[in-house]
Amino acid sequence: MTLADLPKGESRTVLSVLGENVVTRRLMEMGLVPGVAVRMIKSAPFGDPLEINVRGYSLALRRNEAESVVLEKVAPNE
Amino acid sequence: MSQNGTTSHLTIALAGNPNAGKTTLFNSLTGLNQKVANYPGVTVERKEGVWSLGESSATLIDLPGLYSLDATSLDEQIARDVITGKIENIPKPDVIVSVVDATNLERNLYLATQLFEYGTPVVIALTMIDVFEKRKHEIDIGKLSANLGVPVVAVNAKAERGRIELAETVLETVGTSVKIPYQLNGGGPDRDNGKIFARYNFISSAVQESVRHNDTREHRISEKIDSVLTHKVFGLAILILILLTVFQAIFSWATLPMDLLEQGFGALGGGVRNFLPEGILADLIVDGIIAGVGGVLVFLPQILLLFLFISVLEDTGYLARAAFLLDKLMSRVGLHGKAFLPLMSSFACAIPGIMATRTIENRRDRFATILIAPFMSCSARLPVYTLMIGAFFAGQTVFGFISLGAILMLAMYALGITVALIVAFILKRTILKAPPPPFIMELPPYRMPSLRTVFQNMLTRAWLFVKRAGTVILAISIILWALMYFPRSSPQAVVSSQPEAVLNNDQRSTIDEPLPEGEQLRKSFAGRLGHLIEPVIRPLGFDWKIGVALIASFAAREVLVSTLSIIYNVGKDENEESETLISAIRNAKDDNGRIVWTPLTALTLMVFFVLAIQCMSTVAIVRRETNSWTWTLFMVGYMTALAYFASFVTYQGGKMLGFE
Repeated sequence: MTLADLPKGESRTVLSVLGENVVTRRLMEMGLVPGVAVRMIKSAPFGDPLEINVRGYSLALRRNEAESVVLEKVAPNE
Repeated sequence: MSQNGTTSHLTIALAGNPNAGKTTLFNSLTGLNQKVANYPGVTVERKEGVWSLGESSATLIDLPGLYSLDATSLDEQIARDVITGKIENIPKPDVIVSVVDATNLERNLYLATQLFEYGTPVVIALTMIDVFEKRKHEIDIGKLSANLGVPVVAVNAKAERGRIELAETVLETVGTSVKIPYQLNGGGPDRDNGKIFARYNFISSAVQESVRHNDTREHRISEKIDSVLTHKVFGLAILILILLTVFQAIFSWATLPMDLLEQGFGALGGGVRNFLPEGILADLIVDGIIAGVGGVLVFLPQILLLFLFISVLEDTGYLARAAFLLDKLMSRVGLHGKAFLPLMSSFACAIPGIMATRTIENRRDRFATILIAPFMSCSARLPVYTLMIGAFFAGQTVFGFISLGAILMLAMYALGITVALIVAFILKRTILKAPPPPFIMELPPYRMPSLRTVFQNMLTRAWLFVKRAGTVILAISIILWALMYFPRSSPQAVVSSQPEAVLNNDQRSTIDEPLPEGEQLRKSFAGRLGHLIEPVIRPLGFDWKIGVALIASFAAREVLVSTLSIIYNVGKDENEESETLISAIRNAKDDNGRIVWTPLTALTLMVFFVLAIQCMSTVAIVRRETNSWTWTLFMVGYMTALAYFASFVTYQGGKMLGFE
């Protein structure tokens, strides 16, 4: 499952970030590295972009960018 | 130069994430003692100020807001060059003050750890500590400092907390060195993701040991506000309401100060005329310089208002939400969500709109937005539309109740928008080709904006406009004045040549000879240019007199009205609703005695004005914002070509369809 499929309100831990390009690099620099927890806040009115919470702040990213972030299958223990 | 024996003048760089409170801190440390310019050859803003550190003082360089220093963007490249001392006239910084938002510690510290890797002493200025403590979190600053291996000072720029301590700490740190407190996996290329992991792993453990979250409830105030403001329905409705307010403000609230400025400069011109002897000097000063300066300053109310709104919207955190809401729509034509506000503002005036594109980080997206902004029908086009509709389409209705004038007006706006979107689509696939811009954007927590920052930002913009665009506008307006002023026709010439110029219309019949200013314009270089371009504009249905008006209105679109008034001898003070001017236009005949203006000509002229650049201030501001004459001239060229083509199609097509 990738970040793009994460249902609203749910949290997961990042497993890996696929690909090595400017976009994935920027995602990691913004704190989306393996092991960090992310929570889906919402999607914008037209379904894209998405808003997530990572490391305590809100980050907006497009669906196709979120697809490169692979998540653990189960929710982290709260 | 040493001010005394012990301390020399220091250079200190201020680095930090966007929204970390860097600008507020910079303003609080330097007061009004700052200047803004561009880094050589690029449009990245270079902000410097003087920071008084007790006995000595330092040049404080405000680096662009950054998330990383890996030089994937121009801002990052410049910041790296400043830190490594590669920029001309900026010494390598003695100390870097890294601004870190306590409420967003981990991500903010990422940039700080990158700074450690450059070896220059780093002092961390911890901002937003008041918000952090209000949430009942505790932070052990001593421990954090020990873990990070650099001094950490809590500052609150608004309350001036920690300013002295920050200054003292910076002075103590000069000449020391930093150790990188983590393993960078044996070097390797900078692209190595391992470096990013190493930094974040180090940060996570350093933060865990020094921060205690006593209140485990998550604080999601901004998320609660967003449940309304970025709501699928309400969010869009509120956005439209806010944009309408901004639009309304620059469109109508700015009118009063603009009128006052115009009257003020008119009065000043009159005063100078009374004071100076009649002649070329008085004409140059009044019609060239004062009119030119007035033409520059008249935009100030709109620019100040727009930037007041943008500063407030940006500093509260709303601007990021607007981009979030609209990104999907804008990305369809390859633009960034942030392009919406500049384009919207351009309906009032393209100048503040183009200046507002600075919020778009990616250069190609920004240029594409700049290149299409002038297609939005600005307020200066209104007099042209009003005059044409008043002269040829007034009182006509469609289906008996819809005013034809209103439909035409709407059609002109729609034409501008459609062409803009098509051009953006093409530009983003050709010369500004780039993968769709990534939309990885922080939605910062909502905050009360600092009044001081808002006003400083607003004044800085206004000053930049006056300084940079003003000089170009003044130069062009003097050139245009000279084109219309020279060569001087002798008084005899004025009296002897009249029949072809006189309009055989009832209202004009009381005047036996053309007004001298009309005659002067005809004989001037501008008049000759009008004749010169007549063969070119003939296929559009325009004669040389319209040609002169087109040339003159390159200064500003609304000048078309006063130029037509002069050339048709009704006196230059007529406005677009003047009956005299309207009937003069309707009855105007060309040199062969044929009627010049038909409804089709009027429509063609309107189409021309939707698409042609016809505004030297826009040219000047595009030159300033792109920092390139090539792009500026490209814009002038393609807009003029497009305007010509569309007018040609309108006129010739209209004729083929049997319209007159």
